[in-house]
Amino acid sequence: MKAIVTVIGKDKSGIIAKVSTAIAECEVNIEDISQTIVQGNFTMIMLCDLSASKMPLKAFHEKLVKLGEEIGVSIHVQHEDIFNAMHKI
Amino acid sequence: MNILNRNEIIETIDMVEKEHFDVRTITMGISLLSCIRDSAEETARLCYDKICKKAENIVKVAEDLGMEYGIPIINKRVSITPASMLTANFSGKEVVLAKALDNAAKTVGIDFLGGYSALVQKGMTSFERSFIESIPEALSVTERMCSSINVGSSKSGINMDAVSLMGKIVKETANLTADKDGLGAAKLVVFCNAVEDNPFMAGAFHGVGEAETVINVGVSGPGVVHHALKGVKGLSIGEVCETIKKTAFKISRAGMLIAKEASKRLNAEFGIIDLSLAPTPVMGDSVAHILEEIGLQSVGAHGTTAALALLNDAVKKGGVMASGNVGGLSGAFIPVSEDIGMINAAEKGAISLDKLEAMTSVCSVGIDMVAIPGNTSAETISGIIADEAAIGMINNKTTAVRVIPVPNKGVGEYVEFGGLLGRAPIMKVSDYSCADFINRGGRIPAPIHSNKN
Repeated sequence: MKAIVTVIGKDKSGIIAKVSTAIAECEVNIEDISQTIVQGNFTMIMLCDLSASKMPLKAFHEKLVKLGEEIGVSIHVQHEDIFNAMHKI
Repeated sequence: MNILNRNEIIETIDMVEKEHFDVRTITMGISLLSCIRDSAEETARLCYDKICKKAENIVKVAEDLGMEYGIPIINKRVSITPASMLTANFSGKEVVLAKALDNAAKTVGIDFLGGYSALVQKGMTSFERSFIESIPEALSVTERMCSSINVGSSKSGINMDAVSLMGKIVKETANLTADKDGLGAAKLVVFCNAVEDNPFMAGAFHGVGEAETVINVGVSGPGVVHHALKGVKGLSIGEVCETIKKTAFKISRAGMLIAKEASKRLNAEFGIIDLSLAPTPVMGDSVAHILEEIGLQSVGAHGTTAALALLNDAVKKGGVMASGNVGGLSGAFIPVSEDIGMINAAEKGAISLDKLEAMTSVCSVGIDMVAIPGNTSAETISGIIADEAAIGMINNKTTAVRVIPVPNKGVGEYVEFGGLLGRAPIMKVSDYSCADFINRGGRIPAPIHSNKN
């Protein structure tokens, strides 16, 4: 399955490094990445493939949310189907 | 992002984080017809066991789905076969079943169980009368159980004997829960044209035409619609309708995805998506504020009924495009105590019970969560029920009454129910009596347009 990881928060150094390291530790592959800064707010969206990971989505979700709390950004992990359902006819 | 548009992803996240978008409820309908026995105790035991078995995983599945899709699922509920059908063999001992149902709700960890119900739109058997008379006690000794009675339909007319009885039952239910400001009456709703697949409380029950176990999902999102309308300020009504439709579409699609997945994981049939703008008392989750965003100084102003009509219709159209299985009540709810904009309008006298009644001719249900003086007579409550039932019967729509005659309190005082039920100023009812009308009894015949065969 594929999940969308969204990272939103105040910009500071090392956010991408920390988040992508955590994702790599879970054996999750990042397939696409998009990142911008809007008025000082860091926004990163990643399309992740979990099919090779032994970690269930729940544990992956919990790990990243916890990391977000540690580095002071908001991290969401959501099944990609929710976006396809809501925005594609 | 080449596959998904980044703005769409951020929009979805903002809907949840800033605009209170949620799946209001996953409701599992369970048929209990197989549990009918001769004794109250045995029937109650079998009902308890069946609910606990069928709904065993509903809380876990809902929590997992909420996490996976990032959409909060607020309530987990169960609706059952109208309980009056289960109690025919042991009239007078209905409360034994009520307690078992409540215990089952607590065991599986759901928020509410609906279906302590009877369908008496045309006539009432002796066991149904006995069942209805058990409601005040049943609601005073249970916590999570909700009750509903259908007293009329477009096809059969209005059972005025039941309307008369329900005025007394609503009052007695409030009095038996006087220590909680009549909270029992907040779990009791009187319908005309009740639907069999409604996932919302207090009126959910599992219709006899339904399958063994069914998942019905209620999605909400007044805050999302309100936010979207801020982007079309000053534009024509056509733009307003389009914006509501598009928003309703997105909300329904999210609900549809979760409903299908929930049905699969819970080994139940997928029933319907009910797209209802159901407000909560928190700021930014109000249907009244949507109407005000459309251009009313306050909900209750002239024009409110028209604005609500277009809102209700656009919500349904967006929902229907998103899913082939839109059902339940789908539209806009207009409860008073559960909507901060309605509470404010009632406080400043901008909205009255009369205006609410007019609004119910175009909203999805009816007079909902309205606190009225504790000394309101049973006949007057029956009059409110009869008026609502008439609107539903003639207009082929569901209408309902959920009023709380707050014991020992009068107009201008407040009642606090807390949580999703909110708070409300007590509203004025008519000073004039309808007792002679109500006490006639009998039946209002079905309207001429019901003869369609």
